[in-house]
Amino acid sequence: MTAPDPMTTKGAADSEPAAIAADRFESILFPNRQSPAEIDSLRQPECFSDLNLDQVVETATAGRGEYTLQPFFFATSRDPATIYYRHDVFRDLDNPAAGNCVRVFATAMQELRGHLAQAGKHYYTLQKQRCFLDAVDVYCRALRRLADELATTALQSEGLNRLRKYLADTFAARDFRDMESEAGKLIDALGQVRYALLIDGKRITVRRYEPEPDYGADVLETFEKFRQGSSKEYRFDFRFNAEMNHVEAAILDRVARLYPEVFSALADYCSHHADFLDPVIARFDREVQFYLAWIEYAQRFKDEELSFCYPAVSDQARAVFANEAFDLALAEKLRVDKSSKAIVTNDFSLTGMERIIVITGPNQGGKTTFARMFGQLHYLASLGCPVPAKEASLFLWDRLCTHFEKEENVDDLTGKLEDELLRIHGILESATSDSILIMNESFLSTTLNDALFLSRKVMEQIVKLDILCVSVTFLDELSSMSRSTVSMVATVDPIVPSRRTFKVIRRPADGLAYAVAIAEKYRLTHHDVKARISRNAGEGRA
Amino acid sequence: MKAFLMYVGRDFDPQEPLPANATDLMQDLGLEVIFGAMSGGDPFLQEVAKNAVLSSLAEQGEILYRQQILIDAMANPEVVRGLYDLAVEAIEREKHIWGWMTTRYPNELLHRSVEVMELFADRLSRLRRIADEHGPRFQSTGFCRFFAMLRTELDDEYLRRVRDHLARLAFRGGVLMSADLGPENKGVDYVLRKPPDARGGWLARLQEWVSHLGEEPQEAYTYEVAERDEAGFNALSELKSEGIAPVAAALAQSTDHILSFFKMLRLELAFYAGCLNLRDRLTAKGEPICIPKPANLGETVLSGRGLYDPALSLSMESRVVPNDVDANGKELVIITGANRGGKSTLLRGLGLAQLMMQCGMFVPAESFRATVCSALFTHFKREEDSGMKSGKLDEELARMSAIVDRLTPHCLVVLNESFASTNEREGSEIGRQIVRALLASQIRVYYVTHMYDLARGFFAECLSSALFLRAERLADGERTFRLTEGEPLPTSFGEDLYRLVFAQPTQAATPASSGATSAT
Repeated sequence: MTAPDPMTTKGAADSEPAAIAADRFESILFPNRQSPAEIDSLRQPECFSDLNLDQVVETATAGRGEYTLQPFFFATSRDPATIYYRHDVFRDLDNPAAGNCVRVFATAMQELRGHLAQAGKHYYTLQKQRCFLDAVDVYCRALRRLADELATTALQSEGLNRLRKYLADTFAARDFRDMESEAGKLIDALGQVRYALLIDGKRITVRRYEPEPDYGADVLETFEKFRQGSSKEYRFDFRFNAEMNHVEAAILDRVARLYPEVFSALADYCSHHADFLDPVIARFDREVQFYLAWIEYAQRFKDEELSFCYPAVSDQARAVFANEAFDLALAEKLRVDKSSKAIVTNDFSLTGMERIIVITGPNQGGKTTFARMFGQLHYLASLGCPVPAKEASLFLWDRLCTHFEKEENVDDLTGKLEDELLRIHGILESATSDSILIMNESFLSTTLNDALFLSRKVMEQIVKLDILCVSVTFLDELSSMSRSTVSMVATVDPIVPSRRTFKVIRRPADGLAYAVAIAEKYRLTHHDVKARISRNAGEGRA
Repeated sequence: MKAFLMYVGRDFDPQEPLPANATDLMQDLGLEVIFGAMSGGDPFLQEVAKNAVLSSLAEQGEILYRQQILIDAMANPEVVRGLYDLAVEAIEREKHIWGWMTTRYPNELLHRSVEVMELFADRLSRLRRIADEHGPRFQSTGFCRFFAMLRTELDDEYLRRVRDHLARLAFRGGVLMSADLGPENKGVDYVLRKPPDARGGWLARLQEWVSHLGEEPQEAYTYEVAERDEAGFNALSELKSEGIAPVAAALAQSTDHILSFFKMLRLELAFYAGCLNLRDRLTAKGEPICIPKPANLGETVLSGRGLYDPALSLSMESRVVPNDVDANGKELVIITGANRGGKSTLLRGLGLAQLMMQCGMFVPAESFRATVCSALFTHFKREEDSGMKSGKLDEELARMSAIVDRLTPHCLVVLNESFASTNEREGSEIGRQIVRALLASQIRVYYVTHMYDLARGFFAECLSSALFLRAERLADGERTFRLTEGEPLPTSFGEDLYRLVFAQPTQAATPASSGATSAT
């Protein structure tokens, strides 16, 4: 499925300086070396919450807040080469050997950032310097280890091979090796420093440490006989707090005067290595988390016997299909709830003239889930992620539009129906034939007659636009409006009609709905409600 | 000493869990906006407003107790705000003194406790002065009791005794200890060493110490904290106090008791301060408010003049269109009519007025009378369940079922477009069964619906206990936002809207961006 990668062929021209530059590692996500500079200003697409992609991304990136991975999930692409570059990196990192090298590296980089953050927070130079020193030390060791471990791992992707080469070049440089060895020596020297304090009135005097008895222990021992059962109101914890006040800083300054060699070496080191952190490495550290996040996220579903695949993608062909596909957000919820309900997968396939899937069927039959699944697959494909299906061929779209009912908003002074119409109008105005549209139960807030009238009008325009569309509706009439329309139905168990199968299959709409049966299920029939309230009243008196 | 400004003889407890319907009420009635106005930007006021408003009072007497206090507060806003500010100041200043080191250093705790006690003694004196000066103008049972308590408990003799204690507390000492250079170059592992002799000047003591162990004087450097450097002295104190652990606890505990009095006072006044803020916001734009008349459970009363939705009013520039409601003796109010015609607005106005009345507040109307309900429940149509456990109808029915679990006679249930997530025929049937059962169980129901089948069905029964209101639509199609009594009509107005929306060009601001745009 992997497309021929133009970068691989270029590797042959290694000897030419220009070719080396083109081959230099820049980004593990963007093979053409330019990351959209504005990546961090990307906003969450509006379809996100409708498709529950916000939940998907939140779960997938959970615990990785520091990397701000969300923008990468907003940066979709229509370029098949980019998609396939990412597929290759995914395949490499999905191998635990390579994946774990990168995880170990990431942990060290976190530690490094912790030190730097501390350095930034500190007000006093001597503290900043110490944190900085620790950061550089951690950094050097992290790079060494990453390089050592990647060297013994089989890598297929262009992205990681370029990184391996880049690291080798880094270590070859003298500057890096000096920075590395000096850090270790300084850390040892600082560990040896001890001192003593005299606090008297407004004065503090500092000198080198000489052994003296522990007076506190002496005092405690003296008063030990008075100790009673503990009265717990006030307790004193002398916890470590890295912050210093100016008096402590003044003390530290005097300690530095007592040990001048150590502290001047520290100052020199810091000013000399201010730019120790290579921006290419920093960027890799962040971007590679996109892969790890998705791999770990997908693994939890693979553990449940569900499949992920690398879809074939095209920005031309509208013949799309997927087998054994599922809604990630729902699957996660069922998984977390340890629900006994198995996750139901579904298939779809559009061929020839077919563009529009109209889904009908009983409430709670999996219609909306199916529509979300269709949207999620197409969205994820355009990120270069493995998608939740056994196999799939998907379309690279220019706009992915959703029209789901919005919650009523007190601040919004527009009526509900008008708001819905305004939104669908806006969508149809901006959509092109390369767009995808997903509609869920439009026009519920009006009468049956109005809903039919409005849905027909809108569907006529969708047919005319010739775009890929999924429409969930309770109006059976919509499922046979045009030759580009495919009818799919959420099915029920033929023996026990109130039991849903959550399978959505291709067949004519059958007009069944089960609302009153559901009312019984919730004990909300006239008789049930009266009996329940009278029981509540009885308990209230008891 | 207790403030008791929220309940007769009982503290207001904001820790008490909110009733189970609180989340629905917040969302359905737009309470965030109300709480926001009550807070005037103060998150504390907001939190108290939320707790007080959502924890409805069930007894007429409890409501009247608060109403009286509120009337006093509205007549003397500057005194009540002054009391509130005094409590806040005491609490805030106490916090400020607390700093971050006190729990670690007993020496500081002692200093601090002295300082806090001085602060509190001063504020208690001021409370007494307010009681002397303004107390006589207050008429409510709650405030009269409160001011009388201040005059008795905080008499001159008592306040003098407190100051006398404070003057006697002082602290001295010099400390010697050793330390290591820990992580981030911070001093760690302070160990108290035997202190030097305290006789003589500091220089003599220093010389003795420096030459204490060695034959030769050691290299040593001295830092002197500047005279005015309060933080520096705090830091010194902090370093010193490691050996002096349990000294300060008793005084600290006493200050804690006084602090909790101020906190309770602040908490209970916060509700009234919130009411004053909301009153100011509403009256500033010319909206009326009134003290409602709660009626006892026995009689079915609902009548209001100039009733409006304050949440809506606060979110727009102009005043909103008010409505009059005369539904005395009506157990069921069904509201139908044009989309965007003010149905939901009236429903929220009714719900809010009921809720505000039941926590002792004024209500958004020129006049308002209503039967006290034992609990108010809202069931509004919601966006697709993002939990995905269920389809929309399931979500609605599950929510309704959860309400029924808690319903007892004399509750009030407010429904907005409920059961419309399936088709009209089935939705009407479900709605009919539930509403009938509620009415039969002595529960009042206000229901906004566009389901003609449902509304028409009740209308045809000619129930004397039912009232039908309809959003007005003039002959030219314009909506007035006024609701008048009238029978349900068979259609909505979707076709009009369609022609309107699809005839006009898309504005840049309309949701044309409703989707993801792919980079190419």
